[in-house]
Amino acid sequence: MNALEINNVSKIYGNGKVALQDISLTVPEGSFFALLGPNGAGKSTLINILADTVNASSGNVSLLGHDLFLERAWCKRRMGVVPQEIAFDPFFSPREILKFSRGMYGEKADDHWVDELLERLELAEHAHKVTRQLSGGMRRRLLVAQALVHRPKLVILDEPTAGVDVELRKRLWDFMRELNAAGTTILLTTHYLEEAEELCDQVAIIDQGKLITSCPMKTLMGDVASSSLCLSYDEPLQLSDEDTIVLAAFSPRVHDNQLCLTLNKQGTHSDFDAVYQAAKQQLGAPVDVNIRQEDLEDVFLRLTGDPS
Amino acid sequence: MNRFNVIGTWTLFQRESRRFLRVKMQTIVAPALTAILYLIVFRYAMGERQVPGLDVDYFSFLIPGLIMMAMLQNAFANTSSSMIVGKIMNVHVFLLMSPISAAEAIIAFLAAAVLRAFVVGSVLLLVLLPFSDLALTHVWMILFYGICGSLIMGSLGLIGGMWSKTFDDMAMVNNFIIMPLTFLSGVFYSVSQLPPFWQSINAWNPFFYLIDGFRHGFISTGDSDPLQAMGAVAALTILAVISSWYLWRIGWKLKE
Repeated sequence: MNALEINNVSKIYGNGKVALQDISLTVPEGSFFALLGPNGAGKSTLINILADTVNASSGNVSLLGHDLFLERAWCKRRMGVVPQEIAFDPFFSPREILKFSRGMYGEKADDHWVDELLERLELAEHAHKVTRQLSGGMRRRLLVAQALVHRPKLVILDEPTAGVDVELRKRLWDFMRELNAAGTTILLTTHYLEEAEELCDQVAIIDQGKLITSCPMKTLMGDVASSSLCLSYDEPLQLSDEDTIVLAAFSPRVHDNQLCLTLNKQGTHSDFDAVYQAAKQQLGAPVDVNIRQEDLEDVFLRLTGDPS
Repeated sequence: MNRFNVIGTWTLFQRESRRFLRVKMQTIVAPALTAILYLIVFRYAMGERQVPGLDVDYFSFLIPGLIMMAMLQNAFANTSSSMIVGKIMNVHVFLLMSPISAAEAIIAFLAAAVLRAFVVGSVLLLVLLPFSDLALTHVWMILFYGICGSLIMGSLGLIGGMWSKTFDDMAMVNNFIIMPLTFLSGVFYSVSQLPPFWQSINAWNPFFYLIDGFRHGFISTGDSDPLQAMGAVAALTILAVISSWYLWRIGWKLKE
């Protein structure tokens, strides 16, 4: 079964701004799903529609086979959402907030689980402080704890690691991996593409409200990611017209004394040899050669055409 | 159809009532002090005078009105401040994300508003009663008006909180709508003393019926017809509660 099936969801805001245009994607149950896109792509709008803080203009969504818009309470009990904006109730301590949050999801108190969450998210020492006294990173971790306190089947994290330092981020991801291994589906947005590539087995990229691609991470990295052969010479290069024509098939890029040529998909031996020989013939033997494999960030930038 | 989220509603009620219990000075002690100040000021301004037309001394007339006014203002404050703080701190998203339905949320918010009104009302009663020879003559009337008044004001607080974008908006609702209506509702004077024009205007002020009816429960007399007033108050209560429920349900000013 799928954790989420999003069908033709669109969102047009009151001011006429189209935030989402006919988005359809599927999040398999048990997957670790990365929802990526540049700022303003519509990721948060999509998450807010799932979380019920924004109404969709059209389309439908099913969560574990139940209609999200018609069976809200059933679905909400099975999902936990970490909103992007930090929010906290200034009147209460983290422990109280977690207890209230669990209760609001209709679950009986479970001090053991609350303790474990406080421990795992490194909030135990601060459990009795007023939330006003917590640092930005602690508040964000409290949001994560709050989303997990009713033991949801689907956890949605909208930029959960913004402003969280490297060490803590790593431990947070370890915890998410554990939950995922125990059967929880995890959907996240993040700007740390390296982490997304490492963690997630599924990926969707949206840009300007439209879905660019949605597939297993392996497929994206295998079929879409390409690699380049970079040859270094001992002096700056200048391609002649003839060089450009001969090497055109490998989209040559020159930076100072380096020439980079695109290999087909995951460069095979024959491909590598053809590219290398062609370059050697035109420009002579290089002093150094290396192969650069596109990572998720490169693919992302290429697909979204984001100049940054 | 989903089962009623009993634990969720109870939890939200606890959250909403602990919030005001946590700041007792502001929510309970301050209103009691304000009421005592009013009492002292008017005691010396009015002396031993009787209230014209009602055959009751001014003190006995003033005290129930002051209690009810504080109850109404506190019921309004509880829901409106929770809503506006929630919106400004962005905490209301947790409520929207939770499986608490509109009806469950309204029940929890209004129950907490009624509780706060009755806590404040009881404190005032204990503080002010020794200054007078008032008695709880018709307890059922006191309860009826107390509960209906708190429900109306709690609902208005929710609606005002949903409408407001800033603390300033909220203060505007409070200062320009709620305060004038409560002050001009016959807490400090008998409406029968007003010129006929203002009497007819007053007939449209719902707060007048709430305060007059509540006072009736103590002094067995008042400016309005008890049966008519109860009907109007009951109808207004239902209207206010249903309006706040409906607006919550459609996510008015809460969801985009």
